[in-house]
Formats: sequence, C-alpha cells, structure tokens
Amino acid sequence: MSQKKPGKLIDENDVRLDGRKLNEMRPLKIEVGILGNADGSAYIEHGKNKILAAVYGPREIHPKHQALPDRAALRCRYHMAPFSVQERKSPAPSRRELELSKVIREALEPSIFTEYYPRTAIDLFIEVLQADGGTRCAGITAASLALADAGIPMRDLVSACAAGKVEGRLVLDLTDMEDKSGEADMPLAYMPNLNAVTLLQMDGMLTNEEFEQVVNMTLEGCKQINQLQKEALRAKYEAVKEAEIEKEEVEEEGEE
Amino acid sequence: MPIFYERRQLVTPGDLLAENEYINGENTYKENGKIYATRVGLFDYENKRVFVVALKAFYIPMVGDTVIGKVLEVTLGGWMVDIRAPYLAMLRASDALERPVRPQKDDLPSLFDVGDLMIAKIVAYDRTRDPLLTVLERGLGKITRGQLIEITPTKIPRVIGKKGSMIAVLKEHTGCQITIGQNGRVLISGKSPDDERLATMAIRKIEQEAHTTGLTDRITDMLRKEKGEKTEKEVVENVSKETWKTDR
Repeated sequence: MSQKKPGKLIDENDVRLDGRKLNEMRPLKIEVGILGNADGSAYIEHGKNKILAAVYGPREIHPKHQALPDRAALRCRYHMAPFSVQERKSPAPSRRELELSKVIREALEPSIFTEYYPRTAIDLFIEVLQADGGTRCAGITAASLALADAGIPMRDLVSACAAGKVEGRLVLDLTDMEDKSGEADMPLAYMPNLNAVTLLQMDGMLTNEEFEQVVNMTLEGCKQINQLQKEALRAKYEAVKEAEIEKEEVEEEGEE
Repeated sequence: MPIFYERRQLVTPGDLLAENEYINGENTYKENGKIYATRVGLFDYENKRVFVVALKAFYIPMVGDTVIGKVLEVTLGGWMVDIRAPYLAMLRASDALERPVRPQKDDLPSLFDVGDLMIAKIVAYDRTRDPLLTVLERGLGKITRGQLIEITPTKIPRVIGKKGSMIAVLKEHTGCQITIGQNGRVLISGKSPDDERLATMAIRKIEQEAHTTGLTDRITDMLRKEKGEKTEKEVVENVSKETWKTDR
C-alpha cells in the first residue's frame, strides 16, 4: 500500500496506531449463509479485511482422475480480488495465492470427516475483497463456518489468528503496516475443543521465550474468535426462532 | 455432569455433548470417551444414545429410499440420474423395461430423455459403487405433471410428521397429491394452480421453521386461514378465469 510509515507504530502508553492495546484484536463481524447458490457460505469483516467464503459439495469430482478412493478431495482456492489492495493485483493466481490455497486446505482438512464421502470433491472458495494483513487467518475462520453451514460433518470449527513482534514488542493480530515494518509475524490455526493446532507459520525472528509467548497469545485470540464463530452460526437459526415467537405474540394480542 | 446440553438446544460442530457412559448417535462422534457434535443442529438423547438433529445436510443414498431424480445423460445401457447426492445414480435399461433389452431396437430417449424427472427407488448402493435405481414398481416412473420443490433432505421427516400427521394435514387442506422423495425433492400435483401454490407455501414454511415446536398446529392454522380467505375470493376469481379462457 502507498501509506507512509509514521514514526512510531506503538506509542509510549503501549497504544497502537489504530488505538488498540498490544494484546487486543481488531473488531470482528461474521455472517453465515449469505450466498444463495453455494451449499454453504460465510462473510467476515476482520478490521479492514473483508472476505467471502463459499463451499460446494461433497459432489461429483471433475476431472475424474482427481478422485481419491478412500476420502473426499478438498479443493481450495484462495484468491484476492484485483481491487482488494491499493495497487491493482493481477487477477491471475499468483505464487503466493497458490501457496496460501494449499496451506489453508491443509489447515481445514483435519477438521472434516472426508473419509465419509470417498470419490467426491468438496470445493472451497475464499475471495478476499479487501485486504489489510492477516487474510489467511480470517479466510480460514470464514471457510470453516462455510463448511459447517454446508452441513459437512466436522470434528471442530477451525479458528485462526496471528501474532508477532513489532518494534521489539509482542502484539496480537498485526495489520498490513505492522506486518511489513515489524520483526516477526506468526499465523496459527487452531481447533479449540480438540486443543489441536492445524496451521503454524512464521516469518521473521523470535527467541524461544518470545515464540512461546506469541503462541499463547494467538491461542487466546483463537478462543475468542471461536466464540464469535459459534454465535454467528447460531444467529442464522435463532433469527427464525425469534421472528416466529414475535409473530405469535402479535397474533395472540390481536385475537384478544 | 455427563450431559452438557438440554434437549432441543442448538449446538455447533465441535461442541462437547456428553461423556463416558453415553453412546454416540447420528451427527456426533466419540473420542477418548467424549462425544462431540459434527453438525449444526438440535441436541437430543434417548436412553444412553446422544444425537443431533441436523438443521442442514445433504442427501446420502440408502437402499430402499424413494427419490425424485433428473436425467442428466442417456447412455447405451441406461441413464445417469441426478438425485441430489454426492454420487450420480444409474438407471439401467433393464430396470426400466419389463422385458429383455434389445440395444439395437429399443429407443431409450423415448422412455426418459435428458431433463426428464422420475420417481425411482434405490436398489443398490455402497461406498465403492454409485447408486442403482429402478422404476419397475407401483407409483414409480416418469413425472408428467405437477410442481417440484426442493428442500433440505434433513427436513423431510418434518414434512411427513409423526406417523404421517403433517403430510395428512397438507393433503387434506390443499387437496393435492404430494409425493416425497427422501432426497429432499417434493412433487405436488393438485387440481388447480392455487392449490399447488398453497401446498408449496406450507412446505416452505415447514422448511424454514423445522426446528421450532408446535409446527403442525401452526401449519393447520395457516392453511385454514388461507383457505377461508379463498372461498370468499373464489367467486370473483372464477369469473375472471372464465373470461381468460374465452380470450384464449
């Protein structure tokens, strides 16, 4: 992005540029089931990140030679829209997007009972509409919800977030600017109920002690995200329940 | 406490439902003595069996199910049929004709062509082979009239109701013939488009409110209300229909 780096990213009161504390996450907004065509879908706003996830399947696999005899093939496409960043991003899949597609697929596959549906395909699409650091994590969070919304049996929801080191301090959930001028960034995906990590990447340098602290920070973040994920899933069905109760109350009043 | 949720409470995948002596039922799995949910749904238990009634799922073929399928392809020996499952179903010509098949003489597209709908029964299916269908039974065969609607297959039991109570209500109040495919397709054929529209409306309502209680009563009320209004309207409508007919 063409934003200029200001003098300091963290001021003397431990407040970051966007007003957050060191271990504070960006505001999160999640909605489930917003695409009509897809079998399952989710939309996430994580700070300035805006990401759509859609799931189709399990369905017939094409081309046929990709079929696996013992489980469903999870096919994942992570893609950034040309307008998702300041400088136009070429719509062709880049090296980075291909890698993220693979990494995201591997982060989600352990959570799905793929062995229930051999010879089929589960297609997952993650479309980044606006990017501001941490899109792979927000993408995983949304994709996991889309899978659950599609009715695909899962061991657990996958929640993901990142933490790292900026100006010598350990911080949770880095923005694009913090990531680029910081010393380290470590995304992590986690299944909270099973206490299992499905993705762990790091660029930059951390000491052993710092690494441990950063892991603990991200795990805490993931647990917070998991709560919001559950609320978002429930919201889709509780809305119907509440609307029905209200309607009945109105009807009863009318009859009296 | 070995059970962590109340009956009919909404659960999401990964939620810890019960521990130790309980047995895992549908849409749950057991690991290290702990039972977790695998789908979004309503929690319930029966004796020692813990299960989740899924709110959304897809159709998995079962031998003996009646399904409504759509022909995708006519091949030499039969038809490939979409039954809304992860696998394409096959209807072999010998399961559609009551006599031996003569590949040179029999014209398969004249029986079922691409896009045709059929009521069929699953005769064979396992995880290594695609499902096989038959239409050689009473009530099965090509669909020639009516309206088709699609709902989530998990909600089919709700449309049928306890011992067929819901489907009885629907048939009685709308006067339509309703055929339910276990794969989430429902065929409605009535005497008039209005009846069909009413039945469609009722089924859509059932689908949307499947996880709420007292649904059969609400549907009965709704149908009665709609019907009541119609009898008044019908006089006017019949007149306008007459004129429409003469115009044609």
